[in-house]
Amino acid sequence: MTNEPILSLNALTMRFGGLLAVDGLSFDAKRGDITALIGPNGAGKTTVFNCITGFYEPTSGSIRVTHDDGKAFALEKLPDFRIAQRVHVARTFQNIRLFAGMTALENLLVAQHNRLMRASGYTVFGLFGLPGYRAAEREAVDLARYWLEKTQLTDRADDPAGSLPYGAQRRLEIARAMCTRPVLLCLDEPAAGLNPRESDELNVLLRSIKHDTKTSLLLIEHDMNVVMEISDHVVVLDHGKKISEGTPEFIRNDPKVIAAYLGVDEDAVEEAEAEAGL
Amino acid sequence: MSAARTGNASVVSHALKDALVAAIVAFGLFVLLLGFLIGDARGGMGLTKRPLLLASVVGIVFVGRFLISLLYYNAPALRVALAQAWAATLDFARQYKTALVLLVVAAAIGWIVFAPAQWPLVVMLLATLLVGITLGFSAAFLAFAILFPVAFYDNPYYLGIAIIVLTYVMLGWGLNIVVGLAGLLDLGYVAFYAVGAYSYAIIAQTYGWSFWACLPLAGLFAAFFGILLGFPVLRLRGDYLAIVTLAFGEIVRIVLLNWVSFTNGPNGIGSIPRASFFGIPFNAEDNGFAATFGLSFDPTHRTVFLFYLILVLALITNWVTLRLRKLPVGRAWEALREDEIAVRSLGINPTNTKLTAFAIGAMFGGFAGAFFATRQGFISPDSFTFPESALILAIVVLGGMGSQIGVAIAATVMTASFELFREFEQFRLVIFGFAMVGIMVWRPRGLISTREPTAYLKERKTISVEHVAEGRG
Amino acid sequence: MEYFLQQLINGLALGSIYGLVAIGYTMVYGIIGMINFAHGDIFMVGAFIALIAFLILIAIGITAVPLALFLVLLIAMLLTSLYGWAVERIAYRPLRGSFRLAPLISAIGMSIVLQNYVQLAQGARVKTLPPLVTGVHTLLDLGNRFVVQISNIQILIIVTTLALMTGFSWLVSSTSLGRDMRACEQDLKMAALLGVDTNRTISLTFLIGAALASVAGIMYLLYYGVIDFHIGFVAGVKAFTAAVLGGIGSLPGAMLGGLLIGLIETYWSAYFSVQYKDVAAFSILIIVLIFMPTGILGRPEVEKV
Repeated sequence: MTNEPILSLNALTMRFGGLLAVDGLSFDAKRGDITALIGPNGAGKTTVFNCITGFYEPTSGSIRVTHDDGKAFALEKLPDFRIAQRVHVARTFQNIRLFAGMTALENLLVAQHNRLMRASGYTVFGLFGLPGYRAAEREAVDLARYWLEKTQLTDRADDPAGSLPYGAQRRLEIARAMCTRPVLLCLDEPAAGLNPRESDELNVLLRSIKHDTKTSLLLIEHDMNVVMEISDHVVVLDHGKKISEGTPEFIRNDPKVIAAYLGVDEDAVEEAEAEAGL
Repeated sequence: MSAARTGNASVVSHALKDALVAAIVAFGLFVLLLGFLIGDARGGMGLTKRPLLLASVVGIVFVGRFLISLLYYNAPALRVALAQAWAATLDFARQYKTALVLLVVAAAIGWIVFAPAQWPLVVMLLATLLVGITLGFSAAFLAFAILFPVAFYDNPYYLGIAIIVLTYVMLGWGLNIVVGLAGLLDLGYVAFYAVGAYSYAIIAQTYGWSFWACLPLAGLFAAFFGILLGFPVLRLRGDYLAIVTLAFGEIVRIVLLNWVSFTNGPNGIGSIPRASFFGIPFNAEDNGFAATFGLSFDPTHRTVFLFYLILVLALITNWVTLRLRKLPVGRAWEALREDEIAVRSLGINPTNTKLTAFAIGAMFGGFAGAFFATRQGFISPDSFTFPESALILAIVVLGGMGSQIGVAIAATVMTASFELFREFEQFRLVIFGFAMVGIMVWRPRGLISTREPTAYLKERKTISVEHVAEGRG
Repeated sequence: MEYFLQQLINGLALGSIYGLVAIGYTMVYGIIGMINFAHGDIFMVGAFIALIAFLILIAIGITAVPLALFLVLLIAMLLTSLYGWAVERIAYRPLRGSFRLAPLISAIGMSIVLQNYVQLAQGARVKTLPPLVTGVHTLLDLGNRFVVQISNIQILIIVTTLALMTGFSWLVSSTSLGRDMRACEQDLKMAALLGVDTNRTISLTFLIGAALASVAGIMYLLYYGVIDFHIGFVAGVKAFTAAVLGGIGSLPGAMLGGLLIGLIETYWSAYFSVQYKDVAAFSILIIVLIFMPTGILGRPEVEKV
């Protein structure tokens, strides 16, 4: 085990045309923690996520992920799928992106693609149903079953993902991300649109991920109930800059944070993103 | 319309009004193109008038529209009546199932008694029916195909059509990998068919290799071309992808047409070595197929062999596709069709996934091409034009994207009816075009629009179409 | 140099024809997001209607070229736009809001129908029209073998295209129909909610597209003097290529793409080989799309994560 933080951002900057969406952002997420990224609408939170997961290439700055064994990766130059494949950073999306026409189980099997691909000898062994591949497939189904149970979706395993209710789709997306066996899981507003009961269940799920797996969590969230209850560390963003950082209690009472939340109203960043064609 | 339902008189007057409008539009559409024929009686410049033709076509439109309008305004009542009749029929069939089967068997026996010569046909139909009832639709389809040459041994014309149908079934299944599973729109699939055919023709002629040695090579070359096409289109979406694949198909055809020293240009390649029975040629010589197996020589032997050859090739395509769907690569294809961004977030390499889809789809096109070359003995660029690509794509879409059995049905219905009406050359094409429009209006997602899941925990549930994406590629 | 200029003029004339057809593709794509595969065949129908109209006028003794041209333009635009309307009504409207590939297949079906209908009605042999617009002007004569000439027909093509483009741009930017069209292009559902008669707007779009294609058909007929039922496919594919090259959905893009395709084809034929001119046009298309995946003037696609 190393003492390095799992994720370390240093002077991350993202510019869309004339708009500075993220401005020299630096923070660390500790290994095994739940770190929350909060801020008013348009503060640049999702942009930070897209930089970490490689969907945007940051204008400047560095993003570093360090594995348990001390191996470090510079994320800013890796394309999106490599980050998930090599660095094992998984994510969910603000507007759920499931494979709607595939069953819940299939969604979780797709997530284990790289492992199964190797086991199938890049398709050749799999084509002829060799025992090695069949064992790997059984193992994959077992992992999927584990996460379906964790997310209370076992009964819906054979239904198409698109037919699940909203809350179940959110949970399935988390299960799918967990099936990639990530070291860092980035959740983009996991509680959005959930009712209070579902929101509580989400807290239980996220806590159990923190305790039962080696996955660290980074989440964007508006639901302060969720943020305050489960996160170990909170980073507050406004207009692309970090305005505060600390424990939930500290953040709750920080006047700068309160001012940012009361005094800001626009969606400037998202508009500018659209204009810049991103 | 609500007013129209109030009385018969107003229904008729509404229908008359519709018909009149339609007739006026038809007159506008046809007045020049049907009313006049370019060129006069002596074959010079000038025009021949055809008032009678124009009047009759406009008349047909008037009457047709009138009848359709009448039906349309009475549609609710009609629909109820049809639904009732259908339900009653189904009820009856369910109640007297055994009796109906016995009746069919009795009819079959009667048929054989009165026309003993037709027993193979009767046996085939009966076997298909029984297999269908006991084992399901796909098995019936297979039984029908396997017994087909037995029943129609004496009818080389039907055998020929069946071979063409199976070729298109195979092409449809090959393209289905790209369009149906991976969701990548490909309007140039015929290029791979051409590459396969030309590879076989040129290798077999130049080096004298046998069909079985050339077949993998043809597939390999086609797959290579698939990857070649795949690279530039990786970043493209939707209609940009469509036009680039179309352009690719045209480029291949134009090169085949003009690279005379290699492909013999528009004259094509003739006397391509014909398929042999694993080295034993189909001829009347002493070392020929008939002599070797102690049969009297019959050219149909070769046709039957070709039939089973393409059947086996098509079934291999089907088997591989069904297997691939349950492997990570196939699931990645379908996931790509559903949501490419999510695919990338899971660490799946979208480039490799797309390229394998293009390559494997192209490979089966190449196999089919090699078969085409050995069956025809002659190929030219004329066989690989855009309408061929459009036909194969239409088969995939009409069949229901992603559904193997749907594609097989669509290929059978389209190519068989197309070949059977060969006498009505242009008419059949006009009707064929309208049929494509009609089927799309009737079933926009194709004949079989459900998706079978590739894995299940407790029970296999068929997925209805509204959840399944078409892909943006 | 003279040769280069001469080819420039030839290329512009050819490109104008492609551009006129390309507008039809791009307009329809902009509004309902589908490839109207039958549009090339509408162009072909337009050329046939024009030819028959010419022959009728000759038969009834109207031989003054300007008058005949004007009448033919009128007849062909009117009757061809009826075809555009009918195709939309039969094959596309029932599929509005359906899956993406359904209208594409339906359009391919309609293209097959139109081609074979014309072949049935008029026979498969090529049809010719004797040159009506003759005369050339020498622009540049340097005394050696090479002169740069522009023919009256080329002037006619370029001027007509310019006039139509100007008129059409005015229609789109300044009339209420144009406003409806732009609204439908932005968001069909929202436009309908705000009271735009979307069905009427779409029908009119097809009408106008077909009318422009028929003008292209007349120009083609006058320029080459030879047509057959098959010209629609090749011209259609080229025009569609032009629309995509320029950035599908963009009107100036369609014209620019048309001119580019015309010039590429002409120069390739002039300097390299006639046989591979289409390969050149298609290769340029592929190369442009690799570097600019949405065409030259196309809007960059929004990929929201």
